[in-house]
Amino acid sequence: MFWQKDIEMISRRALEELQLKRLKQTVRQAYKNIPFYKEHFSKLHIQPKDITSLKDIRKLPFTTREDLREYYPFGMLAVTKEQVVRLHTSSGTTGKPKAIFFTKKDVDRAAELIARCLIMTGVAKGDVLQNMMTYGLFTGALVMHYGAEKVGVLVIPAGPGNTKRQIALMQDFKTTTLHITPSYALYLATVMQNEGLDPQKDFSLRRAYLGSEPYSEETRKKIEKFFHIDVYNSYGLSEMNGPGVAFECREKNGMHLWEDNFIMEVIDPDTGETKPDGEKGELVLTTLYREAMPILRYRTRDITRILPGKCKCGRTHRRISRIIGRTDDMIIVRGVNIFPQQIERVLMGVKAVAQNYQIVLESYDQMTVRVEIVKELFDGKVDHLVNLRNEITEKIRSEILVRPKVELLEPGTLPVSEGKAIRVIDKRTL
Amino acid sequence: MEVKQISLFLENKKGRLSEALDVLAKADINIRALSIADTSDFGILRLIVPDPDKAKKVLTKSSFTVRESDVIAVGVSDKPGGLASVLKLLTDADINVEYMYAFVEKSGEKAVVVLRTDSISNGKKALKKAGVTVLSSRDVYGL
Repeated sequence: MFWQKDIEMISRRALEELQLKRLKQTVRQAYKNIPFYKEHFSKLHIQPKDITSLKDIRKLPFTTREDLREYYPFGMLAVTKEQVVRLHTSSGTTGKPKAIFFTKKDVDRAAELIARCLIMTGVAKGDVLQNMMTYGLFTGALVMHYGAEKVGVLVIPAGPGNTKRQIALMQDFKTTTLHITPSYALYLATVMQNEGLDPQKDFSLRRAYLGSEPYSEETRKKIEKFFHIDVYNSYGLSEMNGPGVAFECREKNGMHLWEDNFIMEVIDPDTGETKPDGEKGELVLTTLYREAMPILRYRTRDITRILPGKCKCGRTHRRISRIIGRTDDMIIVRGVNIFPQQIERVLMGVKAVAQNYQIVLESYDQMTVRVEIVKELFDGKVDHLVNLRNEITEKIRSEILVRPKVELLEPGTLPVSEGKAIRVIDKRTL
Repeated sequence: MEVKQISLFLENKKGRLSEALDVLAKADINIRALSIADTSDFGILRLIVPDPDKAKKVLTKSSFTVRESDVIAVGVSDKPGGLASVLKLLTDADINVEYMYAFVEKSGEKAVVVLRTDSISNGKKALKKAGVTVLSSRDVYGL
């Protein structure tokens, strides 16, 4: 099913023509209205007219989140304050916020992209979407909300937390679709289990959209299996509207990034060089269809790769892999680059450990992975636990090439997250 | 009725053991015998209590990870070689002892030892056949 079939199935050639046209507009608009860009253009001795092909995008300066912070609150605005109708700030996982403005058209365009995503995953009128992302300054919930209303489904603006009420809402209103963070989905599963609820019999769930935190394929499978639903990977960031930048279709094999709205590049985060399709690197995005805040070559800090080849669904917009990590989540132990998701992937493959985990860094050559054991699988035998610990240690070592210290914890020891989970505790001082 | 043992998973955290014992104290549960198996970063506390079901319930409610399992309690002559002869019986019957620990109190003239063998029923059979006093749950909980 398609929301805008002509644009979702557009030929690569027509798409690239459209991209170039919109890129030129975006560059002109940024140069003319945002002093930050004008300054950087003159430093690089370029002008908007130098952009004559899509490849010329590499001539443009990068925009970093530090730039957005420095020009907070209004410095990156390309329209007058009277023209903007909504403010979001970035999810603020780290440091000072970034202000993101939307004009009326921007709100509508962001909703259009969400509508494409929902229809793409089989949502139709009559579906009930329970939106468990945080409403407020964070884009996650509101942007999804507007898109879902555009499609015409019933939206329950539940927000995160208050899990018993979430469950009651899901039962009373026969929720079919969840928009939720992976860590909260795992927590929800635990609560349902404790309450003796059967996700298949007691609910009407069909699918969930998981976003805002990186998670592993194993976690997806675990959630799909527990809830008996399809889980679709969703990618977005506040600086680029929020959710709906890239989304999985029913093939569940990479997320289509809406290339009529964004130009994507994957670069080497250290050198800034563009990587060919298929190779891992930092995702860099340029907005093509925004009024209030055109952003050129934004360094997302998210590590992914562009999946080569066509998707069976027929959409021509290229796909990116699930987010492998963030350049700033990356931890270095004994000189090895490690992403927490690698460890998560290992843990999700071990039956006797629960979903929650924590990585503790106390020195540069030692990492401790703390995992909770599953209550039901505790049989009172020391050797079983020792074997379990050794198994986890060995599996992590073969994944990341560093031998961790593994600590087995009682279930419920680690803090439970109802929003973004804190997985890494870095006690090292420089 | 088999003698029931309560096993408790304890992570390596200060005060965790006393928290567990506190829960039992508050529920008015007296500990008849106990042993701790420990590794560098976690331990398992094993307990014999008069009311194992109740102990399991209160501990689980206080979010401890608990398992109830069967063990064998035997009366052993309280003299040198008493325990050795019981273990030899099991070795001869090709039965493995996973772990064992002793009661503080006696049952009559006999010391009481808790045994966990790889097969509880085979263990019991072998011991009974050789005339070793195998205590019932009632005997044990009443000690």
